[in-house]
Amino acid sequence: MQEIHIVDIRKLAETIKEKYNYDFTNYAMSSFKRRVSRILELYKFNNVESLIKKISESEAYFQEFLSEITVNVTEMFRDPSFWRVLRDKIIPNILLNHQKISIWHAGCSSGEEVYSMAILLKEMGILESSKIVATDIDPIIIEKAKKGVYPIKNMDLNDKNYLRVQGTEDFNKYYEEKNGYAYMDKSLVENVSFRIHDLVNGMVFSKFDIVMCRNVMIYFNQTLQNDVLKKLHESIFKYGYLAIGSKESLIWCEIANKFIVVNNEEKVYKKIKE
Amino acid sequence: MRFADINDSYRAVVIGGSAGSFQGITKILSNIPESFPLPIIMCLHRLKHVRNGFMEALSIKSVKPVIEPYDKEGIKKGKVYLAPANYHMYIELGHTFALSTESMVNNSRPSIDITLESSAYSYKQRLIGILLSGANKDGAIGMKTIKEKGGLTIVQDPAECLIDTMPTAALRITEIDYTLSIENIIKFLNELAKKYSN
Repeated sequence: MQEIHIVDIRKLAETIKEKYNYDFTNYAMSSFKRRVSRILELYKFNNVESLIKKISESEAYFQEFLSEITVNVTEMFRDPSFWRVLRDKIIPNILLNHQKISIWHAGCSSGEEVYSMAILLKEMGILESSKIVATDIDPIIIEKAKKGVYPIKNMDLNDKNYLRVQGTEDFNKYYEEKNGYAYMDKSLVENVSFRIHDLVNGMVFSKFDIVMCRNVMIYFNQTLQNDVLKKLHESIFKYGYLAIGSKESLIWCEIANKFIVVNNEEKVYKKIKE
Repeated sequence: MRFADINDSYRAVVIGGSAGSFQGITKILSNIPESFPLPIIMCLHRLKHVRNGFMEALSIKSVKPVIEPYDKEGIKKGKVYLAPANYHMYIELGHTFALSTESMVNNSRPSIDITLESSAYSYKQRLIGILLSGANKDGAIGMKTIKEKGGLTIVQDPAECLIDTMPTAALRITEIDYTLSIENIIKFLNELAKKYSN
């Protein structure tokens, strides 16, 4: 893999910002650099310069680039213990005070987390009354999420995770197998609103009881984590919840004091101040 | 055994290991001085879906507690770090950790290559890389990068490894500075620690 210099990365981010209004300037450097390097290999560019040229010339190519540069590796029910806490503690707690529950998946990628949530809510008998919004920066990946078609080889892991969550059904009743793919039951996401939304440049658009933003902010540097957390904070009702990845932490963020830790092991926070 | 390159210019030790490395790692962690001056950053292949237990098992044997860092946590002198389950662990230029859930590399997450390569960019010639027993070639490119950036490279003697694929792969593509038994790696680290106490 060829070495890429930080100045090249900056030039690339500047070009994209000017031309397409996506801002990658505050992405975590090492992993961003590695993904750029993979793109150079994949599309056989000799250097970052030629990648920049291609991006500025072709919007169609930029869309492809966008799909490659954002991280879209995920699984259903990642961290089963988190999903158990959500089902057994967090959601029941919200239902003490609310008839309905609203959830935002911020950075939903190919949708595995959304289907996990829908299955969880369905088994709790509250899927139909719940409002779910799922957003991602990448239009191509949002289409994938809507379709809910996944390679069948992924379902083994998803099934194992589901078993660890101790769901009430057979996991395979939630999808149909055809030609090596699992087609998720469409009725699960009937009421889910899938939208394109950019966490970095986008506006706050609504308020929710739960915001799911797990393993998304790890791709940002601390400056950007701060900014995005402010938006997430604004998007949560007072006494609503924020879930982040198990090895993420809010303690470095300016507005951390507006949250309390509800479950430290699973990284669930509660908003206590506006 | 005498080590020519030992001096106090190093700022971190990074260790990669996989199948068959657990015993070696615990021997190393239990036989370094408690005052070992540098951060020890470990990326060991581990079960992806078992979050708890591994760090605790290593901590029991270690002279100091083993920490699984949070994303963006700063690296501190003398601490022992372990890549958490199911995350890649990068080292950023400002000597902080950055975690990622990107695709597996060499069939592994955490991938040793990712931790080694990014540490090499971050610490350059001030880094010591150690690669232990393992059953695939993850870590070989990382060791090469450490060497290219002027760092010091050590692999566990393949003759002693339970599975020698990993150190052998590194030896094949890089002129590794030392090929050592676990016992001699421990001696090396103790000698190194002494350079910092004067």
